[in-house]
Amino acid sequence: MERLVPTATQRLWMYETMAKIRLYEARIAEAYMEGKRPLFNMAKGPLPGEMHLCDGQEPCAVGLSVHLGAEDYLSCHHRSHAQAIAKGVDLRRMTAEIFGRSAGLSGGRGGHMHLFDFDKLFWTSGIIGQNMAPAAGAALARKLNGEAGIAVACIGEGAVNQGAFHEVMNLAAVWKLPFLCIIEDNGWAVSVPKHASTAVPENHVRAAAYGMSGEYVAGNDPDRVFEAVGRAVARARAGEGPSLIEIQTTRLQGHFMGDTEGYLPPDERAAKAALDPLPRYRERLVSEGLLSADLEATIDTRIRRELDDAFEFALAAPEPEGAAALETLFA
Amino acid sequence: MNSSVTSAPWRNRVERKLTIAKAINEAIAQEMRIDPRVFLMGEDIGAIGGIWGHTGGLLDEFGAERVRDTPISETAFIGAAVGAANLGLRPIVELMFVDFFGVCMDAIYNLAAKSSYHSNGRFKAPMVILTAIGGGYSDSTQHSQCLYATFAHLPGLKIVLPSNAYDAKGLLTAAMRDDNPVLFMFHKNLQGMGFLGTVKTAITDVPDDGYEVPIGVANIVRPGRDVTLVGLGATVHQAMEAAGRLSQQGVDAEVIDLRTIVPLDRNAIVRSVTKTGRMLVIDDDYRNCGLAGEIIATVAELGVPLRAPLRRLTYPDIPTPFARSMEQFALPNADRIVDEALNLVTGAAK
Repeated sequence: MERLVPTATQRLWMYETMAKIRLYEARIAEAYMEGKRPLFNMAKGPLPGEMHLCDGQEPCAVGLSVHLGAEDYLSCHHRSHAQAIAKGVDLRRMTAEIFGRSAGLSGGRGGHMHLFDFDKLFWTSGIIGQNMAPAAGAALARKLNGEAGIAVACIGEGAVNQGAFHEVMNLAAVWKLPFLCIIEDNGWAVSVPKHASTAVPENHVRAAAYGMSGEYVAGNDPDRVFEAVGRAVARARAGEGPSLIEIQTTRLQGHFMGDTEGYLPPDERAAKAALDPLPRYRERLVSEGLLSADLEATIDTRIRRELDDAFEFALAAPEPEGAAALETLFA
Repeated sequence: MNSSVTSAPWRNRVERKLTIAKAINEAIAQEMRIDPRVFLMGEDIGAIGGIWGHTGGLLDEFGAERVRDTPISETAFIGAAVGAANLGLRPIVELMFVDFFGVCMDAIYNLAAKSSYHSNGRFKAPMVILTAIGGGYSDSTQHSQCLYATFAHLPGLKIVLPSNAYDAKGLLTAAMRDDNPVLFMFHKNLQGMGFLGTVKTAITDVPDDGYEVPIGVANIVRPGRDVTLVGLGATVHQAMEAAGRLSQQGVDAEVIDLRTIVPLDRNAIVRSVTKTGRMLVIDDDYRNCGLAGEIIATVAELGVPLRAPLRRLTYPDIPTPFARSMEQFALPNADRIVDEALNLVTGAAK
């Protein structure tokens, strides 16, 4: 198989984006817990509702998005801050949306599980596996219009047991669509482990059932994701049809904030921190001479400035008028 | 049909009668000719021409890229229509029988219907879902439902239902040009398929040119003074037959064809009942929490002065049975409408 190696610029972009995602989630977590202690109450605080953080899953997002442009369509799931940031979704308006402010991407209608940025062709669905079909339709639109651009659906490994997954894989293959399904395998569908929900240990073998290429990327490593996705994207752009890629990753925290993970086996709980892909990637870039202490500090400053700006913008924005709820039902 | 919309602009042309199936076919073909963004997909809509006889010839004219037979995968292709519509195409997708909605409901009510709302108007879903409804020909529990209220209950979908060929062409043209998802329901018994026991009054004069029947405007198909009969689709024809018989007994019934379920033309209903003081709603969908109840509530909460209690004649809350005797027992018909209307007018209503 052809080797695809990211350039130094691409690797630094992946590192910086992973670091940005991680810091972003830390700030979201801090804001989320405000007012929710001592007794956890989902409705309290400046950031009500559910919150699904993606710490540990950054390699999937950056190794994918480094290959995507503005013309490429990306639909994601309920744990998608990483993909949104990697796809370049407006961070100010995304943050405002998560806080339910009028300046948010959807004026506060969607919240954290329903992020829609038409300018970046990025959106999410809170219903497991159901973001698959619209991505296939977007790929069909590109094909029918003879336009450049592919469509990608990111799902979790639990979602492959949804009917939508099977129907869409078959449809995308039979219509040879420029479509890519990325499965983020963090091993857990809320509290149910993969081995208890999925009949095969690795979903890439399912690709054979749809007559398409499938690949499993082990190690939660951005460089490996880059390589596998790069090959699949090239196939899609060349009109060679869809691909399935499953990426081994790690959910460093619970399914949602407030999930105490009582279902985790103790050894798995103890092993979690060691699986964090961010320090590992950082160390590799340092050891290869790509990342210096100075550069790391520069990157850190740049990220913090951008996050400060986004959170200040979001928190300064007013909450929407209640009656604004009546708008935009129809286009 | 005595429709003000159907008669005025085309008075001087030669009459041309079409079935609803042919009218749908013509609307799609004409729109596909003028708008390259429109394409069609669904089960058996290609070479076979649609099992309801409404897509014949489209494959030959437009080719397999724009007239796409799909696998039996409603979740995939109706969901795909949302993505294609989000990127600027205008798909028409067929849900062969409305009864099949259960296998693709997320695509309909979470993806299509909410596209505009939860993206604050940025992701539009200009798509039409064509679907066949209704029973009366012994197709039993899973192939005979109407389900108006099921869809009407979910915000974000427009829902239209023609009772005749003129409206079918005009409503479908309006639906294809609408920037929102429109559920276009056609009643099998009105479709003009000989083997389905076609209602002949659904076959009407249809202009050659493209035209729109606006979504959200009901049609007073028969003016009257004594009682308002509200119907849609097949029940409009039953109501018209009943109105003819009622007039022989000195009762002058006004008949409203709703044409659109969402948005519902509440003003037309209220205006009519304000005039007649009596209303019977005929609804071939399930009764409980249904469209008929919604129409009655609309009139009731406005405090319109009434001469009799508001009444509904609906399909009962049971699945559709197979045996003719049982199915016909359950369906609304002209005889029952006459009885109910007479009771209302003579004050015998319980």
